[in-house]
Amino acid sequence: MSENTAKAVSVAPAILCRGLKKHFGEVRAVDGLDLEIRPGECFGLLGPNGAGKTTTIEILEGLTPPDAGEVTILGRHWGEHERELRARLGVSLQETRFSEKLTVFEMLDLFRSLYPRGRDPELLLRDLSLEEKRDARIGKLSGGQRQRLAVACALAGDPEILFLDEPTTGLDPQSRLQLWEKFETFRAAGRTVLLTTHYMEEAERLCDRVAVVDHGKIIAQGTPAELVAGLHAPHIVEFASEPALSAEDLKALPGVGDCRKRDDRWFVGVASLVDAVPALLARLDRGGAKLLSLSTHRATLEDVFISLTGRELRDE
Amino acid sequence: MSRPRPALAALTRARVLEFIREPEAVFWVFAFPIIMAVVLGFAFREKGPEKVSVGVVGAGAAGPLAGHPLRSPVLKTTSYATLEDGLQALRTGKIALLVENEDPLIYHFDPTRPDARLARLEVDDAIQRAAGRNDPVPFKEVEMHDKGSRYIDFLLPGILGLNLMGTGIWGIGFGIVNARLKKTLKLMTATPMRRSDFLLAQILSRLFFLLLEIAAILAFGVLAFGVPIRGSLVLLLAAALLGSLSFAGLGLLVAARAKTIEAASGLMNLVMVPMWLLSGVFFSADRFPNAAQPLIRALPLTALNDALRAVMLEGRGAAAIVVQAAILAAWGIASFAVALKIFRWQ
Repeated sequence: MSENTAKAVSVAPAILCRGLKKHFGEVRAVDGLDLEIRPGECFGLLGPNGAGKTTTIEILEGLTPPDAGEVTILGRHWGEHERELRARLGVSLQETRFSEKLTVFEMLDLFRSLYPRGRDPELLLRDLSLEEKRDARIGKLSGGQRQRLAVACALAGDPEILFLDEPTTGLDPQSRLQLWEKFETFRAAGRTVLLTTHYMEEAERLCDRVAVVDHGKIIAQGTPAELVAGLHAPHIVEFASEPALSAEDLKALPGVGDCRKRDDRWFVGVASLVDAVPALLARLDRGGAKLLSLSTHRATLEDVFISLTGRELRDE
Repeated sequence: MSRPRPALAALTRARVLEFIREPEAVFWVFAFPIIMAVVLGFAFREKGPEKVSVGVVGAGAAGPLAGHPLRSPVLKTTSYATLEDGLQALRTGKIALLVENEDPLIYHFDPTRPDARLARLEVDDAIQRAAGRNDPVPFKEVEMHDKGSRYIDFLLPGILGLNLMGTGIWGIGFGIVNARLKKTLKLMTATPMRRSDFLLAQILSRLFFLLLEIAAILAFGVLAFGVPIRGSLVLLLAAALLGSLSFAGLGLLVAARAKTIEAASGLMNLVMVPMWLLSGVFFSADRFPNAAQPLIRALPLTALNDALRAVMLEGRGAAAIVVQAAILAAWGIASFAVALKIFRWQ
């Protein structure tokens, strides 16, 4: 790719991969996966554990060689421009336990020294709200603080693309929110983010586009709104009754999509609330059933995933 | 504001900091060899000439011993009232010889006991000289009190070599396997870090401790036991440095692929235990059969121990340890090259 045509650079994808495959023994972790991520975009790989998200992101990070397929990062290939690429990328792995004996600043300073250029560690500490822990041993940090340090290390080289593999898994809601704000700041500076997650809220809040991954393949892709709108039943009616209705009863209602029951509550996807809700109430009335609760909400990515796979995202 | 450091220096510094903040590691590097030297040094310490215990029966105004009391720096004399008491002491090994003050003198002793024969000669010599014997051939005694030939002198260079091996293989091996387990190794390979910088930093951080380690052990040996350093201190340091690099290479090799601490420990023991026994740490490697000698001499710890002893105890020059230096260099280079080739970064 030529760099002298600014226009070509601006439209070239930040991350591009075609026909990615990787198997470990009998397990096909990645099974023919294509992605095109634009510069300045926050892109999410969404899927349950074991869907192949981590293998995919590690192939893109140049840490795992694929069995087949082509990867282009910032117009470069791993084989030829590894060092140049590494200087332009920031990586946070799913599970890194930093040496507990070093202090927060020492670790960040170490990572900074590994990059030819980058950001001042003191400023990074401030940005990630770690100044108070500057001289604390890493062994004494909380989970959220450690994760913020991992992100700070990934940002030490002032990267153009930030790879985040399940960056908030296992964190409390407050720490998660705090990290989301950091990612949004990075993204607001026009940088590219690729993250994997199995948290719907995370994908919905952060990602411009998401790809739903299952069994090593992308089964749906688009903005969160597009994916939800693509459902033929984008509204969810949530209700409980005494006696409960059966799945057959619900399927007979107009515009009903997926139905699932959790405890005594039904979650029914419907095409139109104005058609479905009166019909449901009439059905309950006819059967002499008493309505215990009723609420509706717009479908989420969770509902998209269930509609696509018939499984819940976190059911393992 | 902090200035970015070159990666190699920063990696080395981080490794040194990690190490000195690990109290157990500091113990094994500094305290353990000194404790070992103290224990072994005292167990085998030099105790002046051994005194021989002899007994005397009937020492009084009469008899040949009257006026010629048994005096000798190597004899410890006890008097017994009756012959029966004296013989009892002899039988139970409290004394090596019993003198009966009769005319002629009677020596009771067991000639199969070396100390009894020594006592017989010493007692007789003392008595005859006291009685006025003159030796027909004149002679002069020159006493040797040679430092450098005691067990502690032999032991200390061995312990130094052993420690250099232990800290090299163990320090580097565990550091790497730990980084691999915690995935910091993988994370670092995702940065533009040169992989050789990482491995080199492990070795350089060892060299930092090497000087302290050698200083601690040598200073202890010289101050506490008066172990001599006859050769050049620079040459001694050079030999230790070469040995340390050689073991650092072995440490890298041992840790090159191990995925767990257990696997690495097993490999380390496989490498180190034979050398503990064979390489002349606690006793000379010459005691093993001739057929095994070429193999034993080719081990890096044997080469290092031989070189350290040649310089420290015999005061030999660089020319005398060329072969050992070559063996150490060969081990170091070969293991580093293989380690680099088969190293597992993830």
